[in-house]
Amino acid sequence: MKKLAMIACAVLAFAGFAAHAQEAGLRMAPAPDNRLDVASLQRGARDFVNYCLTCHSAQYMRYNRLADIGLTPGQITGNLMFATSKIGDTMTVAMREDDAKAWFGAPPPDLSVEARVRGRDWLYNYLLGFYRDDKSATGWNNLVFPNVGMPNVLWQLSGTGKRIEREFDDEGSAEAAAIAVKGLAMVEPTKDHKYMMVSIGPDTPGTMTRTQYEAFVGDLVNYLDYMSEPVRDERIHLGIIVLAFLGVLFALAYALKRDYWKALH
Amino acid sequence: MSKFMTWVDERFPLTALWESQWGKYIAPKNFNFWYFFGSLAAFILVLQIVTGIWLAMDYKPDAAKAFGSIEYIMRDVHWGWLIRYMHSTGASMFFVVVYLHMFRGLIYGSYRKPRELTWLFGCVIYLALMAEAFFGYLLPWGQMSYWGAQVIVNLFSTIPGIGEGLAVWIRGDYTISDVTLNRFFAFHVAALPLVLVALVVMHLMALHETGSNNPDGVEIKKQPKDPKTGLPLDGIYSHPYYTVKDIVGVIGFLIVFSAIVFFLPNMGGFFLEANNFIPADPLKTPQEIAPVWYFTPYYAMLRAVPSFLETQVWGVIVMACAVLIFFALPWLDRAPVKSIRYRGRLYKGFLIAFIVSFLILGYLGTVPVTVWGQFADAFPFHGADRATVVSRVLTVVYFAFFLLMPWYSVRDKTRPQPDRVRWP
Amino acid sequence: MSADAAVNTGKRRFLIGATSVVGGIGVIGVAIPFVASLSPSEAARAAGAPVEIDISKIESGMMITVAWRGKPIFVVNRTDAMLATLPKMDSRVADPKSEVPHQPEYCKNENRSSKPNLWVGIGICTHLGCTPTFRPEVAPADLGPDWLGGFFCPCHQSKYDLAGRVFKGVPAPTNLYVPPYRYASDTRVVVGEDPKQA
Repeated sequence: MKKLAMIACAVLAFAGFAAHAQEAGLRMAPAPDNRLDVASLQRGARDFVNYCLTCHSAQYMRYNRLADIGLTPGQITGNLMFATSKIGDTMTVAMREDDAKAWFGAPPPDLSVEARVRGRDWLYNYLLGFYRDDKSATGWNNLVFPNVGMPNVLWQLSGTGKRIEREFDDEGSAEAAAIAVKGLAMVEPTKDHKYMMVSIGPDTPGTMTRTQYEAFVGDLVNYLDYMSEPVRDERIHLGIIVLAFLGVLFALAYALKRDYWKALH
Repeated sequence: MSKFMTWVDERFPLTALWESQWGKYIAPKNFNFWYFFGSLAAFILVLQIVTGIWLAMDYKPDAAKAFGSIEYIMRDVHWGWLIRYMHSTGASMFFVVVYLHMFRGLIYGSYRKPRELTWLFGCVIYLALMAEAFFGYLLPWGQMSYWGAQVIVNLFSTIPGIGEGLAVWIRGDYTISDVTLNRFFAFHVAALPLVLVALVVMHLMALHETGSNNPDGVEIKKQPKDPKTGLPLDGIYSHPYYTVKDIVGVIGFLIVFSAIVFFLPNMGGFFLEANNFIPADPLKTPQEIAPVWYFTPYYAMLRAVPSFLETQVWGVIVMACAVLIFFALPWLDRAPVKSIRYRGRLYKGFLIAFIVSFLILGYLGTVPVTVWGQFADAFPFHGADRATVVSRVLTVVYFAFFLLMPWYSVRDKTRPQPDRVRWP
Repeated sequence: MSADAAVNTGKRRFLIGATSVVGGIGVIGVAIPFVASLSPSEAARAAGAPVEIDISKIESGMMITVAWRGKPIFVVNRTDAMLATLPKMDSRVADPKSEVPHQPEYCKNENRSSKPNLWVGIGICTHLGCTPTFRPEVAPADLGPDWLGGFFCPCHQSKYDLAGRVFKGVPAPTNLYVPPYRYASDTRVVVGEDPKQA
């Protein structure tokens, strides 16, 4: 059963990929595949309420739903609920919309279904894609989402990154260099018919190592993906049962049809 | 039991109705795979009505609440996710099944005399279904819902003179708004379902009056009767034979349907689009607006037609004609045989060209016109989008299939139609 | 068309039976989600979740009203003098022993409460659903000299004593309901949950 669920997940991942075809020239690192890893989901939930839920709401997600990922009501009320006292409440934020508009240009989007809009890989690379940019209003820019209004709120963990540009004469060697980065990179043509390979390099260190931070983002994305459709695992398990049942029913109905029709000449 | 039925039949023609419409309805015995899709379409209609009633219990047709009420259904209502996925998958599968059903009618000449009215009712069903799908697609109130409706309603504003006023009248506002959402909801859950059910009843009554066509195009009503059974030589009762066969078809369909509902409810972005999980924002157009896949062949035609004489109405006219031309089919086809089995290469060539252009147009409607790049400067089309040029050619092919039919269906080298169906 | 005689009726009957039974199970299986979806949603359940009340702020002899599942919940901090009125009312109320199960088992006692002084009840008249008013004063002008304090429904003049027991000869047929509740601490009461088993 578990194996079947894994296969179904793989198919789903593929469909997700097809739905979120990436921008031309952008080469994204795949998000870690940890959909069924409950510990990762729990870490992601903790990090989500600590780091994201201060500005972003998840207004369709109820705290008590976190029981899905193995958290007890005591753990939820004790460790995860800061904004409300009722476990049946949804994940709202205290920030007022007009304040948010004044600070960020647009209110931070609700994240309940963000993973269904963007997909896992996009979110993973987006969170790894920040770099210092003195020309932007926030002092930050992002390789996946250029000129995004959101600053790199996680910089104390991740450290700061800087944009690295390398110019190549032909597209092939630029692509090869992008592949060699083994992570987020972009190739874009320049005005003088050359090719620029852009990636992000470390600038100042944060409290986490690079590997730790990637795992942190992986957990967060995993949680966001779960939250966008909490029923997913249940849906897949039920689907296997339904298909098995329909297989039996089909065999019987087909035998019945054969039995009637064989008398016709 | 029979005493009870006598009591009922004296007051209501229940037995007569059952026998005339199904129980004693005589059908050709050589229905093949393609004949599953009529009963499947009826099945999906019921499925959509039932799941739709359940969704309407929790859905809120209010611009401020609509998007949230869908997530409420997906998360807070028990089994709401299943009912919603059934409805969204059912909508797309309705079109899959209806397109295959129409294809069946096309290849076996089911629109030919004496079944013209059955075909015409079917064409109206197709139109009503498109309207039903269009109204329903606004209800989730996501970005694709909003901008899709915006684009389609704006098509009406291209009509010279009255266009602008007409579009405002349809919306009930100067832009797609709460008012529009509310009236589209009324159309989607009440008006069009009633129309659809009535049309399906007429479609079936007309069919059961003339009798069904079959893959050989043989009119079984004209056959001599079997002395033992009193039925036409190639005729059988629908019940039990097609009852048990259609049950197999329904279960087979349910296997495909369930696989989508439980494992791929987004269907790679074709059944549920990623951008529709962003709430509608009247101030921010998404980068790519494409209609749902079942409208894309027509959308590709719309985009392919250039505007001239200072109006864009030509694309709208072409698109409307592309749908309406199906109505003319019974009078365009003049071949001596009905079924593709006895037609010649000329017809088959035109049919293949038509199907291929429909599919490629369908694909092109889902992607931006820049998908295949531009022609080089030296080429006669200097700098035009390749996809646009291809769409224009395919639009011509699409219409050629219909408009040249009076010519090629007569010129075609047909083989004589037999008196008996091929069986087995 | 022929050879109906050649039908193996045993096999035919088995196939019809098996297909019908399995198909019937399928229909029931599909019906379950549709029926279950009509039960209160998670949002309704969250709104109907138990509410915790701080009772330390209720002054002696006073009442506060809180909402639970959309209903007014009366919480009265009865004085000892008020409690002393209850035995006197036994002959005037319709169901002095609270035989009608309108209260949890742990409140089926003289005071209709788990601790004597604090009374928790649903403020909905058992007649037609109005909300009674709390009238703690003794012998007010409009209720007559016999009134020892209680609840009075303005809609049809039903009367209840300070334990929510209904008077004889008024339109309301039964005592006010007492919801399940438990003490989370000496000063906090959770309405909507039975006491945890010791």
